[in-house]
Amino acid sequence: MHRFIVKRLLLLIPVLLGVSLLVFAIMSFTPGDPAQLILGENAPPEAVAELREEMGLNDLFVLRYARFVGNAVMGDLGQSYTSGRDVFDEIFSRFPNTLILAALGVIIAVLIGIPVGIISATRQYSMIDSGSMIFALLGVSMPNFWLGLMMILLFSVNLGWVPSGGYSDWSSLIMPAITLGTGSAAIITRMTRSSMLEVIRQDYIRTARAKGVAENVVINQHALKNALIPVITVIGLQFGYLLGGAVLTETVFSWPGVGRMMVDAIRQKDAPTVLGTVVFLATTFSLVNLMVDLLYGFVDPRIKSQYA
Amino acid sequence: MSQEMTLELNEAVAESTRAAPKKRSQWLEVWHRLKRNKMAMLGLVILSVVVLAAIFADLIADYETVVIAQNLGDRLQGPSAQYWLGTDEFGRDIFARIIHGARVSLMVGVLSVAIAIALGGSLGAVAGYYGGKLDNYIMRVMDIFLAVPSILLAIAIVSALGANLMNLMFAIAISSVPTYARVVRASVLTVRDQEFIEAARAIGASDARIIFRHIIPNCLSPVIVQGALGVAGAILSTAGLSFIGLGIQPPEPEWGAMLSGGRQYLRHAWHVTTFPGLTIMITILALNLLGDGLRDALDPRLKH
Repeated sequence: MHRFIVKRLLLLIPVLLGVSLLVFAIMSFTPGDPAQLILGENAPPEAVAELREEMGLNDLFVLRYARFVGNAVMGDLGQSYTSGRDVFDEIFSRFPNTLILAALGVIIAVLIGIPVGIISATRQYSMIDSGSMIFALLGVSMPNFWLGLMMILLFSVNLGWVPSGGYSDWSSLIMPAITLGTGSAAIITRMTRSSMLEVIRQDYIRTARAKGVAENVVINQHALKNALIPVITVIGLQFGYLLGGAVLTETVFSWPGVGRMMVDAIRQKDAPTVLGTVVFLATTFSLVNLMVDLLYGFVDPRIKSQYA
Repeated sequence: MSQEMTLELNEAVAESTRAAPKKRSQWLEVWHRLKRNKMAMLGLVILSVVVLAAIFADLIADYETVVIAQNLGDRLQGPSAQYWLGTDEFGRDIFARIIHGARVSLMVGVLSVAIAIALGGSLGAVAGYYGGKLDNYIMRVMDIFLAVPSILLAIAIVSALGANLMNLMFAIAISSVPTYARVVRASVLTVRDQEFIEAARAIGASDARIIFRHIIPNCLSPVIVQGALGVAGAILSTAGLSFIGLGIQPPEPEWGAMLSGGRQYLRHAWHVTTFPGLTIMITILALNLLGDGLRDALDPRLKH
């Protein structure tokens, strides 16, 4: 098991190198001179040239990339071109906001998705089943930024219950978390239902029923344990996805998270910040996926034995 | 092997590959199964309406005079007999813009998925067919792409290349290449070792011929399903990117961009953001219904 973890962590290195190289290359071949950007449009050409030299922008691409990687490993992602602040510090001061939003989104999704999925599966083709499947389908079909806007329209503009954006107190968390969680709730519902349907047709469930075990015990203890294995993977993947993909939701609600930081940086052509946020979000995403794989090993003994 | 025998074998193989009627009936059977699925048919009907709207958009509303021309006297009007879905912040007819927006969304959706299938499918087929080191290299590169949430990757590409239709399509295509590579590789792996492939190889068919004539046709089902869902995903990504200003640029009508434009007027004009969003949702819903239906229809285990 330890060897597996180490191996997977080592595999992360080429992945992160690849991601950063990709984004670094894209960013450095983008038209626009960072030195000019920092000094402003009216800066004298000599000053721009001097700053270019100072920043090492005239060096070879390989050299610049190597320098970036070297610094990044030491926790230095450079300074923002626009605010001059340290990118690494800025990311870490905003990350808790993104994390809390993603965590709440997943919690909402799990609290809705698993019970609804189980009920749908145990009453297949009933009204409840059709109803929840329609909602799940709507949930995956809705652009979440639009859902966010519609909630702002209803609950902030018309009813005035909660603030429409920013992060002031707990009440400002409600709508972004629901917006973010809805799509995942729909996915988890569908996954739980289909996994449960597959499990309850198996022989050991029939045996349990034949022995006279109460139906709710059969479902909640015998079946659920196995049915949840694939669902756990989906939950983990959704969490990673929400961490890295909350860009749109954060934009809708002016949420001070890493995703919005990235979008703002793109608008301002602030390359170090864009690069830093993308690499950071990719790293979190990969780490969460790795944890999901490990967790999978713990919940499913068949997989655990493969790594032993 | 004597020449005569080879000839005979070749003929036999030609006969079997020429068995077109049987192949057609296979797709016909899939269609029959799909037809029985009411939800999938609902999806197909909705989708047909959207496609027809896109094709005949110019007959419904003129692009120059209605869709992009500003008419500030009529700005932010609610739905009425004249403007079915109201007007936006520049006094343009939202209904007309939604109809023309269907062109952009469908084009980006279909073309980006086509590019992604072509690229990802070939990579996946090669990786699965040859296996070994090549497989390892290709799939590790795909892992790199998969390490970034696809919307993030698309944002990075568009922000670097510049926001326009071509770059948007390219970015969305690239960000979904690994998905198709994985799907195709997985199904190639299951087909690769079957007897009919061995037979084709035994009579001296080239690798390219085996891949394109024998393996790919047998791997189509998962790609078709993934493709239908992929078009939905691409339309959502287009809307999302346009929403944050990285997709289709104004004044061109695009659903996500329309939503974004109406954001400031949420307080006074609810219809500007509501209707484009509803259109996106209905279109995506139709594609999802169709995709789910196709999955069931193409799954041989669910035949009866």
